[in-house]
Amino acid sequence: MKFGVIVFPGSNCDHDAYHVISKHVGQPVDFIWHRETDLSTYDAVIIPGGFSYGDYLRAGALASHSPVMASVKGFAASGRVVLGICNGFQILCESGLLPGALIRNRELHFICQHVNVRVETTETPFTHELRAGQVLSLPVAHAEGNYVCDDETYEELVREDRIVFRYCDPAGGLGEGSNLNGSRDHIAGICSRERNVLGLMPHPERACEDLLGSADGSGVFRSLAATLAAAR
Amino acid sequence: MNSETITPEVVAAHNLTPEEFARIRELLGREPTFVELGVFSVMWSEHCSYKSSRTHLKRLPTKGERVIVPPGENAGIVDVGDGWCAAFKVESHNHPSFIEPFQGAATGVGGILRDIFTMGARPVAAMNSLRFGTLSDPKHGRRNRALLAGVVAGIAHYGNAFGVPTVGGEVVFDDAYGFNPLVNAFALGLVRHDQIFFGKAAGIGNPVLYVGAKTGRDGIHGATMASAEFDEEALEKRPTVQVGDPFLEKLLLEACLEAMRAGAVAGIQDMGAAGLTSSSCEMAARAGNGIELDLSLVPQREVGMTAYEIMLSESQERMLIVAHSGRERQVIDIFRKWDLDAVVIGRVTDAGSVVVVHEGRKLADIPSKYLTDEAPRYERPMRAPSAAARAESQVPGANGVGGADNDAPANASVVNSDELDEVLAAPSAVVSGADANHDEALRLLLASPNLASKEWVYRQYDHMVRTNTAVLPGADAAVVRIKETRRALAMSLDGNGRYCRIDPREGARLIVAESARNVACVGARPLAITNCLNFASPERPEVMWAFSEVIDGMAEACEALGTPVVSGNVSFYNETEGRGIHPTPVIGMVGLVEDVRRVVTQGFKRAGHLVALVGPAEGEEDLDASEYAAAVLGRSVEQMIEGGARVPRLDLARELAVQRAVLLAAEEGLLQSAHDCSDGGLAVALAESCFSSHGRTPLGVTVELGGGTAVTAALFGETPSRVVVSFEEAQRTRLERIAAQAGAPLKVIGRVGGTRLHIRAGGRDCVSHEVSELEALWRGSLGARLQAEVIAAAAE
Repeated sequence: MKFGVIVFPGSNCDHDAYHVISKHVGQPVDFIWHRETDLSTYDAVIIPGGFSYGDYLRAGALASHSPVMASVKGFAASGRVVLGICNGFQILCESGLLPGALIRNRELHFICQHVNVRVETTETPFTHELRAGQVLSLPVAHAEGNYVCDDETYEELVREDRIVFRYCDPAGGLGEGSNLNGSRDHIAGICSRERNVLGLMPHPERACEDLLGSADGSGVFRSLAATLAAAR
Repeated sequence: MNSETITPEVVAAHNLTPEEFARIRELLGREPTFVELGVFSVMWSEHCSYKSSRTHLKRLPTKGERVIVPPGENAGIVDVGDGWCAAFKVESHNHPSFIEPFQGAATGVGGILRDIFTMGARPVAAMNSLRFGTLSDPKHGRRNRALLAGVVAGIAHYGNAFGVPTVGGEVVFDDAYGFNPLVNAFALGLVRHDQIFFGKAAGIGNPVLYVGAKTGRDGIHGATMASAEFDEEALEKRPTVQVGDPFLEKLLLEACLEAMRAGAVAGIQDMGAAGLTSSSCEMAARAGNGIELDLSLVPQREVGMTAYEIMLSESQERMLIVAHSGRERQVIDIFRKWDLDAVVIGRVTDAGSVVVVHEGRKLADIPSKYLTDEAPRYERPMRAPSAAARAESQVPGANGVGGADNDAPANASVVNSDELDEVLAAPSAVVSGADANHDEALRLLLASPNLASKEWVYRQYDHMVRTNTAVLPGADAAVVRIKETRRALAMSLDGNGRYCRIDPREGARLIVAESARNVACVGARPLAITNCLNFASPERPEVMWAFSEVIDGMAEACEALGTPVVSGNVSFYNETEGRGIHPTPVIGMVGLVEDVRRVVTQGFKRAGHLVALVGPAEGEEDLDASEYAAAVLGRSVEQMIEGGARVPRLDLARELAVQRAVLLAAEEGLLQSAHDCSDGGLAVALAESCFSSHGRTPLGVTVELGGGTAVTAALFGETPSRVVVSFEEAQRTRLERIAAQAGAPLKVIGRVGGTRLHIRAGGRDCVSHEVSELEALWRGSLGARLQAEVIAAAAE
């Protein structure tokens, strides 16, 4: 199985994703430059965090029009898996691969800390090794992570079980203080209708070692690796 | 500055004295051109030439077995093992940050990051030291809060987008910084020993390339601005502050490192203060060569720029590269890949002069040594101020604080209550009895902006990107692992303006000692320091005296602790309308952790663990210049000096012994926690060790202090060389043996457990409080004061 980590000018979590795949998942991985268009040799693509093209228009807006993203759309349509983390989630929303949008955090500034997120569904290639209701401690680092969508989209996400992660308290509750950034219904991550595209604001790649404060993110990569292994 | 006639007024407008101008004419043997005048004015500015400080700086120790690159380059470099080196430096961006807090702070971060990757090192950590006027100042509180909010947002904007974790630092409030806030930015990068690059224009005939952003009219004369004191027209200088683009800097980083790895680069230097002028002149001077530039070739953002403007622009995110002959094409291709300009604008010559040509006319021809080695050097007059002389006289009985038990505030009026009324419900007037006052004093201290949690600040910085941060912000020192090895680097950034105002020499010694202790507390061996020396006008003899004292104190402590100075920066003229800041040296200490799995954190880990104080315990406490005196007794530093206050006395041999004991115990894996006991004293250190942190719930502690000495001093005195540690009871004998071998006193004072912070002294309860309540006070204090400012700013 081969992973690709897309690198836009301004990506800055590209090395972190690469490190996790090569060191912790133990699989071959390449950086994919934003001008490349051939993704045929990859089984999974990660769109990493950062500030693609400086995020100067809207977070993720410029990247969604890059050459590589046109190919990522075809890649996703073919059923292969795409994981967008933080800026990657913003890019997936901007490019229409996921519905909704990410606007400024409720408190109007950047937030970096560990947060609790609850696993809402295990019916995805990214979460089947986790337990439904399991609470993960994952870092966030974003200024625009406040998820919004219209009512119709929201109902569709609920109906189709596509809300993958929600911000919660340490016990898994959804009390008032546990919604980190003001996201609609505590949404921290969603998947596509075909379930092969996941976007989330928290950084599972920053939580794969106890040394860094949490290894809870490794379940996401373990699930992903098992999915790809089974598909071979 | 479009006139090309050089009149005395024009010379004065360039911040050059008539004597300096006469010297320029003498050196050149002719009248300088207008462009030459501009070049001399920035190269001879205080900011670039260190003309007032050089004579003192040479007294600092700069040698050590691990020092690879001493001061003089863009950053200092030390060997950290396995072929890896750490490049680091701290630099001020005080003046621009006062004029335009967001961009001033942002470009401060950008500048220090370029200093690091210019050396070939990839930046892996950033920190910053910030000082502002008090947040509740009746007249200027609003402005001080807005300055802080703007500076923090600027640092976050730049560092987060660039992708460097901002892992630590300090935020301090004092009226002395009301009109002169301090913004000192630190960065550290990693580089292989054999891949270090220097700012040298080496190799006659080599092409000189301009790379990065285009040149605009922004920041012209920024270096000269930073070399003058402010008056009320300072805010009109906003156009001299540059605008930063972290995205472009990130591209510049990747392109520069790629060009270096490709072997095409002979020398490289960033265009920081004084832009193209300082980069070209310094590169030429370091190599003893000349450099010839054709300014018509410089990529420009605006039309019609003059040679003068191009030479003096401080547009950000630009570098000057000397490529190996014949490799220029390769450099250009690499930069093109990153969508950046790279243009050959000149070449290295053997003439020893910096020659500037524009539109076919030669507009400057200056031997490079005139701009560097021949820059003025001043032995400025020095005089100890009378107040310090009084403080030194140590009149018996002049000591205003300490001694009796009943020295706690007698009524609410002496408590600095406007600092706290939002957070503290009960005024201290309603509590009676000495014990209740100690309890109240601790609450006051924990909620005071200087000691309260800085979470509201560091939560806005991405402190985890690059997945190396092993100890998160809020600790004595941050720890960043080196992925390729088992080692990690610990770093802390410390200053104490109040101590240095009272006694600059002792203050500087105390700061160096504390920064080394901070690093030792996480289990790292202190290696070397970088310093940022923030002072008022060097033209005032008492300021120069304090500067000289600070240098001597720092030199002595650095020698004793084995931590040479490898880089640094001097920022003078931090004064507005005649009022200067405290002498404020800020120390960036870097230490090496041999095994990252042995890192120690400050929080108590489990009920039942014993708690001990390593270091002197009783009888040597010092409250005179403490946070207690400032925040609880409401004493200004002037009142402290008048009362004959002394700073705590530091014994460097004992300091070294304490650090050695903590380090050995950490390396043996004996310590469950270690926390430096400094601002706010033992009671505050204990409270902070009780508080929760990521993955840890709060824990109580019961501590018994011996009777006999003043309880207030025992709780809140800031006696140096002390560390609060906790450990398993079974390790007690081993730990005591290690401390004894190191020559450090160690006294078991209590045990972790319960939910309360409970301190007894002389058989009586003096502090007893639910940890969770204290923590809420400490954690929420700063945000409660500042969040409204952010909302208001967004609404405007």
